[in-house]
Amino acid sequence: MKANPILLLIVLTCLRIPLAAGGATPVAKTALPDLKRAVIANYAAVASANFQDSLASAKKLQSAVDALLAKASDETLAAARQAWLSAHQTYSLTETFRFYNGPIDEVEALVNSWPIDASYIDSVADAPDAGIVNAVANYPAISRTLVISLNAREGKQNISTGFHAIEFLLWGQPPGGRGAGQRSWRDYSAGGKNVERRREYLRVVTDLVVEHLQTVANAWASGSTDNFRAKFLAMDPDAALADILMGMGALSGPELSGERLTTAYETKERGEQQDCFSNSTCADLIANAIGIQNVFLGRYTSASGQKIEGPGVLGLLQAVDPAFAGQLSAQVSDAVAAVHDIPPPFDQAILGTNQSPNRAAMKKAITALQTQSSMIAETAKLLSLELKL
Amino acid sequence: MAALRVNSVPAKWMACTAVLVLVAPDVRATEPNPQVAARESNTELAGGDATVFDVSPKAFGFPVPDLDDESRAAFFIGHSFFLRNWVAGGPPSSRAGLGPFFNARSCSACHANDGRGHPPEPGQPLVEVLMRLSVPGAGAHHEPLPDPVYGGQIQGQAIPGVHPEADVVATYTQLPGQFGDGEYFSLRRPTYSVTNLGYGPLASDALLSPRVAPAMAGMGLLEAVPESELRAIAQQQARAGQGVHGHLNSVWDAVAGQMAVGRFGWKAEQPTVFQQTAGAFNEDMGLTSPLFPRESYTAGEARVCALKSPSDQPEVSAKILHDVALYSRSLAVPGRRGMTDATVLRGEKLFQQAGCTVCHASTLHTGDSDLPPLAHQTIHPYTDLLLHDMGDGLSDHRPTFDATGNDWRTPPLWGIGLVSTVNGHTFFLHDGRARNLTEAILWHGGEAQTAGENFRHLSKSDRDAFIAFLNSL
Repeated sequence: MKANPILLLIVLTCLRIPLAAGGATPVAKTALPDLKRAVIANYAAVASANFQDSLASAKKLQSAVDALLAKASDETLAAARQAWLSAHQTYSLTETFRFYNGPIDEVEALVNSWPIDASYIDSVADAPDAGIVNAVANYPAISRTLVISLNAREGKQNISTGFHAIEFLLWGQPPGGRGAGQRSWRDYSAGGKNVERRREYLRVVTDLVVEHLQTVANAWASGSTDNFRAKFLAMDPDAALADILMGMGALSGPELSGERLTTAYETKERGEQQDCFSNSTCADLIANAIGIQNVFLGRYTSASGQKIEGPGVLGLLQAVDPAFAGQLSAQVSDAVAAVHDIPPPFDQAILGTNQSPNRAAMKKAITALQTQSSMIAETAKLLSLELKL
Repeated sequence: MAALRVNSVPAKWMACTAVLVLVAPDVRATEPNPQVAARESNTELAGGDATVFDVSPKAFGFPVPDLDDESRAAFFIGHSFFLRNWVAGGPPSSRAGLGPFFNARSCSACHANDGRGHPPEPGQPLVEVLMRLSVPGAGAHHEPLPDPVYGGQIQGQAIPGVHPEADVVATYTQLPGQFGDGEYFSLRRPTYSVTNLGYGPLASDALLSPRVAPAMAGMGLLEAVPESELRAIAQQQARAGQGVHGHLNSVWDAVAGQMAVGRFGWKAEQPTVFQQTAGAFNEDMGLTSPLFPRESYTAGEARVCALKSPSDQPEVSAKILHDVALYSRSLAVPGRRGMTDATVLRGEKLFQQAGCTVCHASTLHTGDSDLPPLAHQTIHPYTDLLLHDMGDGLSDHRPTFDATGNDWRTPPLWGIGLVSTVNGHTFFLHDGRARNLTEAILWHGGEAQTAGENFRHLSKSDRDAFIAFLNSL
């Protein structure tokens, strides 16, 4: 996963940006309202392009799953796994658009819930009859409605659908609890116990991710007068800016520094990583941090190569407090770099003494993301944002 | 360290979380004075500095700002153990030991997103609601006496090879009524039946009380309100002579080994979040801990104990118990919304005029706390933490320490307007019988009869404003 050339390119490109952006001239106070609107409009353009990419990569995953189900083999399973990694990385870039009741918050629980209890979905090593796939009597037919109704039922770990349900269905549990899962393509070829139900389950949950990302992409699409984007652009600019900062700050602090890193760092349990079946968590953490940086800088390069560039949070901050703008700019770069420095795979990075280079790197990322989050909160104060919603 | 670069940032922001907090007016110098405080809720900072402004389904799940690094780490570990399923057997791990009887596999099973439980659909068994159980009389500390066979609550699930205790099924009867302006409404009264009893009959005089899992936000703040402030409110209510006279519950504190003021639970039967947490692990999930090292089955059910491998170590370690309790105490309070909305403000006035704030006290103050972000805050929980006679309609006829069957603790209202976002429903009251806030108010009887009647006689537009205010909390 570390070898993903596109992601590395993004990281390296982004690392240089703050240096170039540092010299902008402070804007006169009278221009602030216009600048705020420009920042918000540019944010909407970034969100839209990012969710379009996320949707497109989810559709590629859907095609790869269709190919696996059409003819299960080592090759089609490997291709589906690769498509999952790509789709989930692209989705991870968008997570900075969460945490303010935006379009993604309405469906997030059905798109990216974790941790999941694998035995809620399908067989696991010590429980061959476990899960919805094998519960023929209780659930005679696997369907979209059934899967949605069972998500998070009787417990937040009882996750039936979303990226991580697909991840488990493609990889399975890691043997001996190390590395990535080694599920066989035979789990999807005719003849085995409940294979037809597992095939149907994988198809249904993959379709659901595409369906939900489609609703989010529609909500952010340009050209509509009554979707979320239209409302977002029409709302009080300070409220919109508060949402933007909330998404960045909540992802950076409580979510990344807290739930995704601190818990794993403190418990040293491999199950505390988001991608515990594919063991690809490190790449997604990098994408999360870059997603925040994209919003901060106001830029995004889509999968098709289309570049979006406009004023970001940085531009706004430069108009208000150039010195602090420079400090946060450096911090955002540091946070991306610190996350990038966690040596994959994640399940090894958490082990060892606190002095070991891997754990030291992880601790550094925990601190960098937390500081970034605090400084984003400070940004809200500097902008005198009213956070009424 | 990168943070050193942030020269212009006040020190408090260094350790602060992402939560966006407005600058709080300096209210700490104000002496606690409920009389004055009742008028002073015109702030979004419902939890003082411990307020967050997220309005997504995660709104109840954020840590209070400014936790130190050690506490913040404990918060996230506690969160993980709150979220995840415990397992019955399997290899020894930090998440094994469930059962033999239990109501849920995880805390989050009932407190989804740290929010409120959902009552059962008619004819369906209880899931996010549990049924407390006792027989008449009281124990050495005035606690309810458990059923000799089934114990203190009905546990509807069990590990493989063990018959669950019983199923509890709810049915509802409609109770029609009319607003003052002639509009009709219909409340629903639940009736419960206990079926599939696995270990013989219940005691013939068994007392049952259903309890919905309440929302979690702000519990650490409520824990930090000095007892003297609560007593002052009780005295004030008694002096006013308006028929409202709340009283504190006096309950057993298993840590201190003495009686203490009850603050948590629908009957204020728990003195601390720590004890509440250990109790829930023990009775709701069948997990032992340093505070409650015995499994939650009785001698009458002892024949099943061989099915669970005994362990010298508590299933919930001291560290995990601490972290989950700290997590529960450190959940921040959602900020108020709609502060400039004329309808909301009109509703707030109507809420006060109807007499609701006598018990749903808008303002309390915290004292010292071992968690500094919780200390010395002016908070707006809309509760007095006192027990009030709520009338026969809501009675469970089951005394709990000093709480009679009719007594219920005033539940805090902060965050109530976000329940639909967080939990996807608007069922309220101790058993979820109210399908919306209006029904919850209409059920108010006893000491709250007058306030409830005041609401019933409001015009439709005033009732809407009243509800809009509640939804702004």
